[in-house]
Amino acid sequence: MTRIVCDECSRADVLRAVAGRGLPAVEPGMPAPAGTGLSRRSFVARSLGLALSVYGVGRLGLFDEGIAAAAGAPQPPILVTVFLQGGADSLSMLYPGGDPLYLKLRPQLAVSGGTPFAEDTRLAWHPALAPLAELHAEGKVTVLPAVGYDHPDQSHFTSRHFWEVGATDARVVTGWMGRYLDAVGAIDNPLQGLSLTGSLQPTLATSRVPVAAIDGPDQYDFWAPGVWGEVESRMLDTIGSLGAIRSQDPAMRTAASVAAQAGRLRKQLAPFAGKTATASPVAYPQGSDAFPKRLQGLAAMIAAGLPLRCVALEATGEYDTHAAQASALTPALTTTAASLFAFQRDLESRGVADRVLTLVWSEFGRRAQENGSGGTDHGAAGTGFLIGTHAAGQMVGEFPGLAGGLDADGNLRATADFRAVYASLLEQWLHFDAARIIPKAAAFPRPVLVK
Amino acid sequence: MGVPVHRGRFGAAEAERLLWRAGFGPRPGEVEALAKLGLPGAVHSLVHPGGEKLVGPAPHDGKGNPLAPADAWGHDHCWWLDRMVRTSRPLIERMALVWHDWFATSNAGVGNQRLMLRQNELFRSHALGSFERLLHDVTKDPAMLVWLNGTDNAKGAPNENYAREMMELFTLGADRGAYTERDVREQARSLTGWRDSWKEGAGLVDFRFDPARHDAGVKTVFHKQGRYDWEAACRLCVAHPSHASFFVRKLWSYFVPTPPSASTAAGLEALYRRDTDVRSVVQAILMHPALYDGERMVKPPVVHVAGLLRGLRAGITSTDWAWIGSLAGQQLFYPPNVAGWDDTRWLDTATFRGRWIAVQRILQDRRLDPAKGAAASDAQTVLQKALAFWNHPRLSDATHGALLRFAQAALRDAGAQTWKREQYPVLLENALRQLIAVSPDVQTS
Repeated sequence: MTRIVCDECSRADVLRAVAGRGLPAVEPGMPAPAGTGLSRRSFVARSLGLALSVYGVGRLGLFDEGIAAAAGAPQPPILVTVFLQGGADSLSMLYPGGDPLYLKLRPQLAVSGGTPFAEDTRLAWHPALAPLAELHAEGKVTVLPAVGYDHPDQSHFTSRHFWEVGATDARVVTGWMGRYLDAVGAIDNPLQGLSLTGSLQPTLATSRVPVAAIDGPDQYDFWAPGVWGEVESRMLDTIGSLGAIRSQDPAMRTAASVAAQAGRLRKQLAPFAGKTATASPVAYPQGSDAFPKRLQGLAAMIAAGLPLRCVALEATGEYDTHAAQASALTPALTTTAASLFAFQRDLESRGVADRVLTLVWSEFGRRAQENGSGGTDHGAAGTGFLIGTHAAGQMVGEFPGLAGGLDADGNLRATADFRAVYASLLEQWLHFDAARIIPKAAAFPRPVLVK
Repeated sequence: MGVPVHRGRFGAAEAERLLWRAGFGPRPGEVEALAKLGLPGAVHSLVHPGGEKLVGPAPHDGKGNPLAPADAWGHDHCWWLDRMVRTSRPLIERMALVWHDWFATSNAGVGNQRLMLRQNELFRSHALGSFERLLHDVTKDPAMLVWLNGTDNAKGAPNENYAREMMELFTLGADRGAYTERDVREQARSLTGWRDSWKEGAGLVDFRFDPARHDAGVKTVFHKQGRYDWEAACRLCVAHPSHASFFVRKLWSYFVPTPPSASTAAGLEALYRRDTDVRSVVQAILMHPALYDGERMVKPPVVHVAGLLRGLRAGITSTDWAWIGSLAGQQLFYPPNVAGWDDTRWLDTATFRGRWIAVQRILQDRRLDPAKGAAASDAQTVLQKALAFWNHPRLSDATHGALLRFAQAALRDAGAQTWKREQYPVLLENALRQLIAVSPDVQTS
């Protein structure tokens, strides 16, 4: 089969940044570039190597305000969630190599060669998760070896929805972090709920305040062919004006509200536009994968003081391993774990690690018994991780064992409920009443997640 | 029980909405032509379009070479986008898109564009036919067999992937009590027997049913017992009492954003149960008052782009459309997962930028040169010229007002400086073209 390499380089042309578009160097009447008398605000930006755009100085206000507010006010804690899409195999991530049934259930797929899990020696880390084992040894990882909920649903979409909305209820339409943002967020700050993915993660869906989705902080510039200077400034401001129109129609309101959010977000991220602003002091995994780049951009945004509160990402890889599981899982876990490790070290070296906790989750684990295709079908309890310098570092729930720990469908039983995790994160990390966010929150225990 | 029919006006506004919902928007002149036919004639012309004619120049990549949709990355997206832009049978192509979303198969898992194109032709040829037939053919479609592990599912070594999704996503729906985990496992046994071969240089070939791999034992599905095979598995799903209600509501949701009333749903179900004929159900939905009186819908990104190109009578002259589609949230042949695209969440700040870039890409080849200058012009005139470029899309007063205020302010900026007075109207017209096409009015229909 002939494979034609896509050799058109026009993507760069279409996306090219503000610089080099052939505008007049300095338009008549334009103010001189800023740059003298470094204030605290500009220092924050400059330490990252961000050159603030000199065009339309009036439009820089918001970023300045964001920096100033962040510098002046106490920095709020940031919660990052990383989703392993497809149902990641808990019996590979922390595999029960010491359980006599493991080799019987997984004759082809049994993992081996990982370091033992210090808190339960029946378990060992998948070799690809060695970076997480290292962070765990430093006391920076809380492990949930069997997290899920009673009466598990084995539909990807139903189970994922439950986790996203923080309730086993198909009718809830706002995400659990979205409801938190609705309670504490601002009406003019889309960055407070940031989806670093191609489109908005439902876990951030709000009903009141704006939230944002971007590919990366340096990828939110806008331009139009044959438009520059003052007219361009006004054109870009008009994005927000289109967002301000009122309509009785829900679809029109949605489209308008997204335009308003885009207009605001563009201003917030203007200093990152087309720059190598996200250069990092640590090495992230290289290659075409978006996840490490997005974490790298996120660390830079946090360090720059942008007003973030909740962030959602999807990890590298596709975890719905119905066939050829071993060859799919190892590279996916390798990049994911190495990226999370680099992110943690990046936050530490930038001095902002104390502000960030990262929850890693999947919609379910997989069937204990492997199938006939070198894969596994949908299961129940999965593995969760909470990563950060403030993660309590003590296992939550327990590994229920393969002898007594499988349900009638042959799936791992949950020993921790995801809603209990959310309630603890809200109360212990975000310092917010979980009963206002999670339905029937009082019914769930509060595992210690934060130290 | 009948299904209500729109008795109100069927003028230009209604014809325009119909063309967007049941196709990819109007070419110049099509709104007026369709309105003249009246509602029944207009809908009839869409559901019985005759043979396909592709109108306009053939597509090519940025260097003028023909597209290679079976081989080159992104050319598949551009190839189908071209069909959408040039087709004389917009509803057929729109239904192919519906089935692509319904039986969402991604080349990210299949890894073979040739198989994806073969599936695409299946969706096109069954666009308005029998759903039972479509399900039957999708179940043995090579791309689907690869995507949901149909060829991995063998006697004694079942793989549940297709069995679950055929019930959950394709025919019955989750959380409706229509099936149990036991049914998933038993249906997986019914579906055993498919296999393929690997041929060096050609990839996966020779998809076939092999009785030796089929579990011929008795299965219990939906409380019934039998020695079911893959065809029986399809039949059982379509015959299930919960199927028709799932089918008509899902099909309806592609055309009307609010759910059908109970009586409308019952009428559509009765129509569907006759012979699982898709055409008659689609026809009834396109005649329904809710399509004309009801709320607007956000256009799927690929519909937005195809419609803008159709309106300009423009063709595909670049393969940029594939990655732009991805930024806008819809790269054809790469739905995000087996549930397809989330039609309730097309728009967010990331996909808004993708749509902006799509418009920017169209305008890149059509920019007006500011250096050539323009005759002194007022804001209203420049706005009218920009609207005429897009064939006068219907804008709300609020949007029109926001654009006009922008135009007035931009021309005021020019002040008395000669170069600005010459160039700003041109910059402004370029800017207005961009803004009109990303306005809430043009992103919805």
